[in-house]
Amino acid sequence: MAGKKLKKVDLIFNQECLTKEYLKRTLDRDADELLAELIDSGLRGRGGAGFPTAMKWKMARQAAGDEKYVICNADEGEPGTFKDREILEKVACKVFDGMALCARVIGAKKGFVYLRGEYKFLLEQLEKDLDIFHKNLRDIGFNFHVGIFLGSGAYICGEETALFESMEGKRGEPRNKPPYPTLLGYRNKPTVINNVETLVSALMVTQIGAAEFKKLGTADSSGSKLFSVSGDTPRPGIYELELGMKLSQFVEEFGDGDTKAVQVGGAAGFCVPRKRFDETVIGFEGVPTGGSMMIFNSSRSMFNVIKNYLDFFSEESCGQCTPCRVGCQQLLLGIDAVKRGEKDPAYIDSMLKLTQTMKMTSKCGLGQSVANSFASIAQNFREEMIY
Amino acid sequence: MENIKEIVDNLSEKHGQSPESLLPILQGIVNKRHYISEDAIREVARVLNISTAKVFGTASFYSFLDIKPRGKYVIRLCKTITCNMHGSHMIRSTIENMLKIKLGDTTLNKKFTLLETNCLGWCHKGPAMLVNDKSYTELTPEKIRAILTAYLNDEIEE
Repeated sequence: MAGKKLKKVDLIFNQECLTKEYLKRTLDRDADELLAELIDSGLRGRGGAGFPTAMKWKMARQAAGDEKYVICNADEGEPGTFKDREILEKVACKVFDGMALCARVIGAKKGFVYLRGEYKFLLEQLEKDLDIFHKNLRDIGFNFHVGIFLGSGAYICGEETALFESMEGKRGEPRNKPPYPTLLGYRNKPTVINNVETLVSALMVTQIGAAEFKKLGTADSSGSKLFSVSGDTPRPGIYELELGMKLSQFVEEFGDGDTKAVQVGGAAGFCVPRKRFDETVIGFEGVPTGGSMMIFNSSRSMFNVIKNYLDFFSEESCGQCTPCRVGCQQLLLGIDAVKRGEKDPAYIDSMLKLTQTMKMTSKCGLGQSVANSFASIAQNFREEMIY
Repeated sequence: MENIKEIVDNLSEKHGQSPESLLPILQGIVNKRHYISEDAIREVARVLNISTAKVFGTASFYSFLDIKPRGKYVIRLCKTITCNMHGSHMIRSTIENMLKIKLGDTTLNKKFTLLETNCLGWCHKGPAMLVNDKSYTELTPEKIRAILTAYLNDEIEE
């Protein structure tokens, strides 16, 4: 049953860059007042994990020391996600203004954009945009500088502490947490690291106000969010939608009429089968997503899908912790063995146990989230993995 | 042609000698030489005053910091599921047939290397690939033939 029509929103891409005067007015506002507005908005991180943005900023603001950093995480690598590229291509000024806003709140003088190597073609334009941004800041007398740091093709560097390691010239291996980045981040200094879209959303909150922002979405998932829609759909692309929609509404709008499953949140997310479309809410109260929505119709083999994900995880695992490194490799070998009939179908249950172990014992989100896609595919499409 | 010592010296002058300079320097070497040789690793270690093991450790971690010789143009074809669903295997076989190499290989004249890579962020316009830093999307066998022909005839601006 289809509910109400999906509400499309156009906040992120529609507006022009802030004028210098407007930026000055925003940055002149009291930092506590800005923070209160952000807390009130309920904004949660748009990269996937959904940590309350204001909390991060508040903790970094409270952290001692003069040397603090604002980092924009533009290492968008989750399969099926491509919204950050579009934001940086079209409205990079808003990302930079969002970083200045964060700098104002936490008291940072330096910021970085960690741009994935795959997006190096954006570098030239971004540097031009940065020149304008820096000139504006000089004119209004705000001391903040943003540099661009280029990644070199490693999915794991999207994990915040691996990203710091990478910037510090090391292998992109995640650190133990705690301590959290707001206390010891880049160069072991208090650091706020936000996804590209989060920074734009935070800026948006100060523009339209928390009350207006909360009119969109639900209590747990306020605001709108960019969705990257791909796979078996007649309308692939980037759409700004209200959070809290039902997956059935989404499929009605974007499916090709024969949708068998939707992978929500990329390879690290969940695969929702057709029978669950109606009960699945897209948002932090249901299935969260950094925006990746991959649609599969009934012509697709879910075995191929999970094999593709496992191949991806095995390759991108940084290798420092055993559950993730060995776990991903064994899962990949295991599904092939079951498919070839070398292992009993019950072996799938052993693999499900293994993913639970990985969830509990892996050091970072990569190894922990393999269980999401594996379990949701192995449980809902078990026969496709055997025959 | 600049020797590797000059390249590394120039890069360290531009990016500095701090730990934070390591990745930009290694990226600069790949831009010039298409890969990071053992000599280059030793030079970088000397300039930054760190061990060669540390430089190698970092260089070998990142898929774009090649430590094997590569061609002038490195083709990285996206192998993620959505590009797959839109026919990336046909693109791959077209490239292999045209350049007469297999995945992972470099042509004899050292002009092209064909590799696969994970999600390039063009899922709505798959299949996608990178040739060095340039992205190509919505590839078809016809389109890929035209693109490769242009590279073969040196008609592509760098």
